[in-house]
Amino acid sequence: MSKMTTSLVLGLALVATAGCAKKRPPELPPTPTEIAPPSDGSSGESSDTLAGRLNEQFKREVTSDTVHFALDQYDIDSEARSILGSQASWLVAHPETRITLEGHADERGTREYNLGLGDRRANAAKNYLAARGVSATRITTISYGKERPLALGSDEGSWAQNRRAVTIVIN
Amino acid sequence: MRSFKIALAGLMAASVGVAHAQVTPPAQDDQSGGLVVDVEGGMSAPLPILIPAMPTSAVASTPAGSTDELGRKLAQIVDDDLRNTGLFKTAGPGATRGIAYSEVAQPNYAGWSGGQALVQGYVRANGNGTLTIGCYLYDLAAQTELVRQGFVVSPGDWRRAGHKCADSIYARLTGEGPYFDSQIVYVAETGPKGKRRKQIAIMDQDGANHRFLTNGQNIVLTPRMSPKQNAIVYMSYENRRPSIWIYDMSARTNRRLVDNVSQNFAPHFSPDGRSILFSMSVAGNTDIYRIGTSGGQPQRLTNVPGIDTGGSYSPDGSKIVFESDRGGTQQLYVMNADGSNQKRISFGGGRYATPVWSPRGDLIAFTRTGGGAFRIGVMNSSGGGEKLLTSAWGDEAPSWSPNGRVLMFFRAAQGSGRPDLWSVDLTGVNARKIPTPLDGSDPSWGPIRP
Repeated sequence: MSKMTTSLVLGLALVATAGCAKKRPPELPPTPTEIAPPSDGSSGESSDTLAGRLNEQFKREVTSDTVHFALDQYDIDSEARSILGSQASWLVAHPETRITLEGHADERGTREYNLGLGDRRANAAKNYLAARGVSATRITTISYGKERPLALGSDEGSWAQNRRAVTIVIN
Repeated sequence: MRSFKIALAGLMAASVGVAHAQVTPPAQDDQSGGLVVDVEGGMSAPLPILIPAMPTSAVASTPAGSTDELGRKLAQIVDDDLRNTGLFKTAGPGATRGIAYSEVAQPNYAGWSGGQALVQGYVRANGNGTLTIGCYLYDLAAQTELVRQGFVVSPGDWRRAGHKCADSIYARLTGEGPYFDSQIVYVAETGPKGKRRKQIAIMDQDGANHRFLTNGQNIVLTPRMSPKQNAIVYMSYENRRPSIWIYDMSARTNRRLVDNVSQNFAPHFSPDGRSILFSMSVAGNTDIYRIGTSGGQPQRLTNVPGIDTGGSYSPDGSKIVFESDRGGTQQLYVMNADGSNQKRISFGGGRYATPVWSPRGDLIAFTRTGGGAFRIGVMNSSGGGEKLLTSAWGDEAPSWSPNGRVLMFFRAAQGSGRPDLWSVDLTGVNARKIPTPLDGSDPSWGPIRP
């Protein structure tokens, strides 16, 4: 938590000095409730929290935390079935945990469409896990569209890595 | 000089925003041989126009600077606005002789060369703290006055008077609507490709008066300005709940507009500014909904399986164009505002996305992808008549200028993914990068300001 606060303060300081105009940029007021968690995705909690440690354990003990998809597709192929199968077994064995499924798309689709496509992928993975015995109430989904690529190139290899759904244990 | 003073007497009353006092010039429109700029073919032979520095009645210091400095800067704004259309070959304050205050309304027609049109103006500091900017357009060959306008502004709005002056000249010479006195809201971006930091930002059409509206803590996407210019609607990942927020521009407050556990995104205002189209994904299926700007229960407009998104109203509010992959790939569809009568209008190769209806109603602009390119194009609102305006690796998300003559979009670079704002004329020429302090994406061009 202290780490989070520090980064928030830093963020605000950046904003305060970013504008060169005479008037300070009238940024939107901060969230009235608690400090928002970092919302930039793809990473989950840092490993020094309980959820972070659980997620590290999950990643060590399953085949992979990530399944991939073909261009503009969201069907679960045989490789993805194998990966999700290992995730389902782990989740059934750890019934106290909850997960977020992040859906992602490559940069070769338009932004808004890709938000819908990432949602499709996250839900396809969610449905598969649910069919393998993981209660759907333990699973939330979020789509990042093309906003958080993992591989940074503009080539087929990078795009294939970025068309993905990532399972993150959140508690 | 006498008529000059009479013409301006009416300008003194108002001082809020840009008070607009118009003196109707002698009708020229029906006369053959009048000065006309052809927006369709004019870029091959831009009209030479002279824009000397605007003199001041008396040098006075104002919060915006001294009135003689302002006169030079205002002429430069007019120069930049007109030149950037591609329709004019300008000689601005740096390339023309200075003029006397007494000359403004009584041009020395015979003394100018190298131009077909002449813009003269003046700056005056008023006793109440406002500024008056006069703006005149002359036809040098016919020796006639074509525009006579005056604008009263607070010093903080001085640039707007320059844009209003340029708008008057542009409108008079082209017959098109104005668009220079307008604002752009967009996403300012920085940082590595895998973790871009995004902030909503707003600026004048020419990049001036730039400011940030969000602090970069959350991913923010697709801001769109209200046609009433009192609000900006956008998508934010605040609290990891991707949903639509609305920012009140006068109160400078923001609130979550669509309070739903399901991801909602792609907001677009209705022409009357009272409701918002958006997309919501429920269990992997995305449909288009409408909600009032004050919130409430959304109304669902589409229900065919697939990703339906990017809804944009026709200017009369009776129809909506949107994209859907219900037929296999992204294509454009038009439906009535209540969701009835959904019909496909795009039939070319590749995919069609991000449709936006022209403010004139006759055209729809879109992103077309395929063949390794993202391109900006337009088609008739009933389909057909397609014309592609750009060709690049990553052109996306067009937004119309208030007069429907120019499209702004973003162009992402292959590899780095870094986007910049660009504009292109409806004829497909004059593609131009819009300078921004950081990278820029998702532009939304606001209406002409009152």
